[in-house]
Amino acid sequence: MNPIISAKNVTFAYPAYEGETTQTVLDDVSVDIHPGEFVAVLGHNGSGKSTLAKHFNAILLPSGGTVWVAGIDTRVEDRIYDIRQTVGMVFQNPDNQLVATIVEEDVAFALENLGVPPAEIRTRVDDALRSVGMYEYREHSPHQLSGGQKQRVAIAGVIAMRPRCIVLDEPTAMLDPMGRVEVLSTIRDLNREHGITVVLITHYMDEAARCDRVVVVDSGKLLLDGTPREVFSHVTVLKEVGLDVPQVTELAYELRKAGCRIPDDIIFEEECVDAVAALLEGSHVDH
Amino acid sequence: MLKDITIGQYFPGKSVLHRLDPRVKILLTFLYIVILFAATNPIGLLVGIVFLFVAYGVSRVPPRMILKSLKPVVPIIIFTTILNMFFIEGEALWHWGFLTITREGLVTAVIMSVRIICLIAGTSLLTYTTSPIALTDGLERLMGPLKKLHFPVHELAMMMTIALRFIPTLIEETDKIMSAQKARGADMESGGLMQRARALVPVLIPLFVSAFRRADELALAMECRCYRGGEGRTRMKQLHMGGADAVCALFSLLCLAGVIAINLYAPALL
Repeated sequence: MNPIISAKNVTFAYPAYEGETTQTVLDDVSVDIHPGEFVAVLGHNGSGKSTLAKHFNAILLPSGGTVWVAGIDTRVEDRIYDIRQTVGMVFQNPDNQLVATIVEEDVAFALENLGVPPAEIRTRVDDALRSVGMYEYREHSPHQLSGGQKQRVAIAGVIAMRPRCIVLDEPTAMLDPMGRVEVLSTIRDLNREHGITVVLITHYMDEAARCDRVVVVDSGKLLLDGTPREVFSHVTVLKEVGLDVPQVTELAYELRKAGCRIPDDIIFEEECVDAVAALLEGSHVDH
Repeated sequence: MLKDITIGQYFPGKSVLHRLDPRVKILLTFLYIVILFAATNPIGLLVGIVFLFVAYGVSRVPPRMILKSLKPVVPIIIFTTILNMFFIEGEALWHWGFLTITREGLVTAVIMSVRIICLIAGTSLLTYTTSPIALTDGLERLMGPLKKLHFPVHELAMMMTIALRFIPTLIEETDKIMSAQKARGADMESGGLMQRARALVPVLIPLFVSAFRRADELALAMECRCYRGGEGRTRMKQLHMGGADAVCALFSLLCLAGVIAINLYAPALL
């Protein structure tokens, strides 16, 4: 299948002011996102992961290289609204992306912009609100909602456009633990039940561990790309660039360094519990 | 403490007046102003007063709200009453030094103050029964024809909506910044006017910085949702004028006709 987003040798630098040197944010990044995938993009602050995400729906255009969205070059200006309809984007701060004073009006915003007929807006808004579980709150005002609820409304506002892919730029960074769980399970549902491709920008390792694929970005370069198990098994590489691995992976890594025989691809707590239990049982037999 | 501020003066309810098309309500408010100023004699003005009571009765907005809306204009009412009482020439009723109260002056003073009271109470009813968002919506559509003259109708309505959306957010933020500055020893409750105004600077600067940041992010989010101005935009909610709108319009027009008739046939009553 053709990739939904395809970045080839993308380089990006913000234009320099007089007397300053240009700062390269992205340096020769190539990555393909395939339909139906759930991809996490990992990287610490300033690694260029948000900049990369902004190339996925033509908010930023590459200084070098090309980005195609559903086969359309993002530099083609007349197709910009097709691109933004195909790839929706959700940002970190839920407060700063809601436009209207009533939840359903906000979800309708994108459709109103696209000139969809009123009757169809109604059905699509109701569908979108149901799929994020916020239908009962449709007549509330955003400031009456919790952070997690606001973020779900923001997601509904994007999926009302019926995009094939959504890019979420650290959607849980400003939420409390409850809100994080809410938003993540909503995103997972959209991926599984509705087949929407998800690109999740994050710096939480445990969020990344539950994705299909993890892409690690560091200083504007693509560092690692693979399944969570593959990526997190490179404990030393990740530590060198200042990233953590899930706690259980780190535990297994330390145990292995100390000479214990334990698998090197542990990323979930349950697995770790089992492996450690097996290890203890083994040593018990030895004695 | 800042959270208690309500936006506008909307008084939620489900009455006929609440459910009227906002466009009709705005136009009827103008019509009511015309009625008040067309009424040149006390009987005509009585129609205006009856209209007001009927409207408040139907809306179920408690009458104490009338008093609340009148509070800020009390000085103006007193001022016009005094001016009219003493400075209109006519048949003298009372005389003291250079002050003279005339019969005509007294009548005009009463008519003027009743007119102002009705005007404020009547126009307040519009904001009591219409949510700010419906009001914005109604105004945008009423001013629609002005778009042809390149008047930025949609942009103004959008600004209104965003302002309404962000008022609670910014109030909350102000609260937070004030607490943060107080925690660092800022003193905002004592001192004279100047001192207090100066104490607000460390609150306003971070508030402005964050408001600009918010605006930037909001613009980005709007662009991602394909916003490109009012051109070719549709609306989910359509406004409908129904039977109730027609009845209210008819009633108001009848009142206006009544006032004009009274002006023509009953001037001799004064």
